[in-house]
Amino acid sequence: MILRVEYVYWLCGVLLVACSLREARLRRWAHVAFWGILAAIFLLGDVAKSAAAHGNALPEQLAGAGVIALGLIAGFLRRAPTTESAADHARRRVSAQRLGHKLFLPALIIPFGTLVFTLALPFAHFGGIDQLGRAEGTLLALGLACVLATFAAIAFTRARVGDAITETGRLLDALSWAALLPMLLAMLGAVFAVTGVGEAIAHLTAAAIPVQSRLACVLAFAAGMVAFTVIMGNAFAAFPVMMAGVGLPLLIGQHHANAAALGALGMLTGYCGTLLTPMAANFNIVPAALLELRDPNGVIRAQVPTALWLLAINLVLIWSFAFR
Amino acid sequence: MYAILARMNYWPLLGVAVVVAGFALRANPALVVVIAAAVSALLSGVSIPDLLALLGAKFIDSRNLLVLLLTLPTIGLLERAGLREHAANWIARMRRFTFARLLIGYLAVRQVLSMLGLTGIAGHPQTVRPLLAPMAEAAAEKIDPDVDLAARERIRAFAAATDNTGLFFGEDIFIAFGAVLLIQGFYAQNGIVLDPRHIALWALPTAIAAFVIQSVRAMRMQRRLRQNASPAGGRGRSGAAAKGEHKDVRTDAEHGPRSRAAGAGEGGILSNAGHPHPNPLPPAGEGKNSGSGHRSRP
Repeated sequence: MILRVEYVYWLCGVLLVACSLREARLRRWAHVAFWGILAAIFLLGDVAKSAAAHGNALPEQLAGAGVIALGLIAGFLRRAPTTESAADHARRRVSAQRLGHKLFLPALIIPFGTLVFTLALPFAHFGGIDQLGRAEGTLLALGLACVLATFAAIAFTRARVGDAITETGRLLDALSWAALLPMLLAMLGAVFAVTGVGEAIAHLTAAAIPVQSRLACVLAFAAGMVAFTVIMGNAFAAFPVMMAGVGLPLLIGQHHANAAALGALGMLTGYCGTLLTPMAANFNIVPAALLELRDPNGVIRAQVPTALWLLAINLVLIWSFAFR
Repeated sequence: MYAILARMNYWPLLGVAVVVAGFALRANPALVVVIAAAVSALLSGVSIPDLLALLGAKFIDSRNLLVLLLTLPTIGLLERAGLREHAANWIARMRRFTFARLLIGYLAVRQVLSMLGLTGIAGHPQTVRPLLAPMAEAAAEKIDPDVDLAARERIRAFAAATDNTGLFFGEDIFIAFGAVLLIQGFYAQNGIVLDPRHIALWALPTAIAAFVIQSVRAMRMQRRLRQNASPAGGRGRSGAAAKGEHKDVRTDAEHGPRSRAAGAGEGGILSNAGHPHPNPLPPAGEGKNSGSGHRSRP
């Protein structure tokens, strides 16, 4: 058997198909279409990519149309009315007492299983594992650990496989379109990169600041890192742009900043922006949905003081360490 | 400078404007993002067939971001079997585990694990929703049994913020992590050769600052909870004593903390979405617990 990272995506696809079918039983057609389209992209994504590599763009264009359809349907998703009863509460309480710490075990299999598999993969010399990159290996390890944890959870709680689907559907319903936002934003970031949005912003910033003033350059660099991270939702996207636009030519070239300190502190300044933006959906919007906060920006609000304090400290650190 | 400005195509920047306007108008974010991508691409001169292919290809490439999906069956099944109730119950039983200690302890572990490159070991679906958030709520209930829904939501949000802070400001110190390698790679392309250990070292002061700031905020949040629990402010001790007396009247005083703990889970996340106050016990039942909370930290 050849292990490939695509299997993890196919597994996601199968899970999405199951959730889509569950919604069909509930006659919630917008949800059926939403999770169904997403399932198709997960299951057929590799076919589309290999077709594009052979010069046939049609499957990828269909996927693009699917993405637009997902955006249009997203507004029609509604939370299912909660069917929690007092009996459910009582049952959960009894079950919690009966199972005790055993309940933690399957939950811990996910992180520790991932860790063990990740560490073990470099020693596995079969099934083409050797050809996997580091990120792919971690993904595969996570997939394996999740499968293992699901079986453990089914065994410990004496549930049926159908219950696993029902519970997944319940959580997916709570996440709703927020589950998709990280993917959509990564796509937007890639589109911005292709269309040159980053360079345009860097040029505007460089054109707007008085380059002779060291302080103005530091402030523009930090503000640019934060602002661009807020827009892109990702400090990794902001870093090369702001470095090429302001960091290298002005701070290092003209004002002789220490490159190592400026790089590390510049990136961390970008992270302060990550704490502040809804565009970093997997860190800020998805947890708000997961924790069922009424305010989708609740997590960001909780992070504002930390982010602003750290931003101020970073500015002081850049000022005092990068120009010794 | 102006020559560069003239050569650049600034129209794709309208994609950014679409994002800002969309979030300001509270339109559906998924739709806003798709429109912003389309606007930015079309204004840069991409044709519609190429636009579709671009969106499709980039979306397919980011599938790795939805793999959290695979954790949902496990988390869902465990929640159904009472995972959150048990986590809350456990914290409610342990007197020494206060609200601030729980969050600061989690922050420390998360940050150290991230420094070692073990970022996937925790996260919002794996640890925050099923474990940290209900534990934090239970710990808050030990201080103030009548925490209202708004305060509960702030506590949950703070738990998520603590996870993010630990992750972000820990991983930058791990030299094999993307951030350090990205910085090194960028400099290498521009002719500046650096040792990754050097870059990681400069992330240390900010990492320490992040830990201190978030810890202080956790302690302040705990102090606010205490102040709310005893409305007269410095009256905490006598207030607790009064509650304790009240408790003695109850026949099931012995089981007070236990049943309270079970109730903690109920009032916890998710289950109370529909019903604002499912707490089955009157506040008097908390006497013993909240009293001990006050005494351990006068």
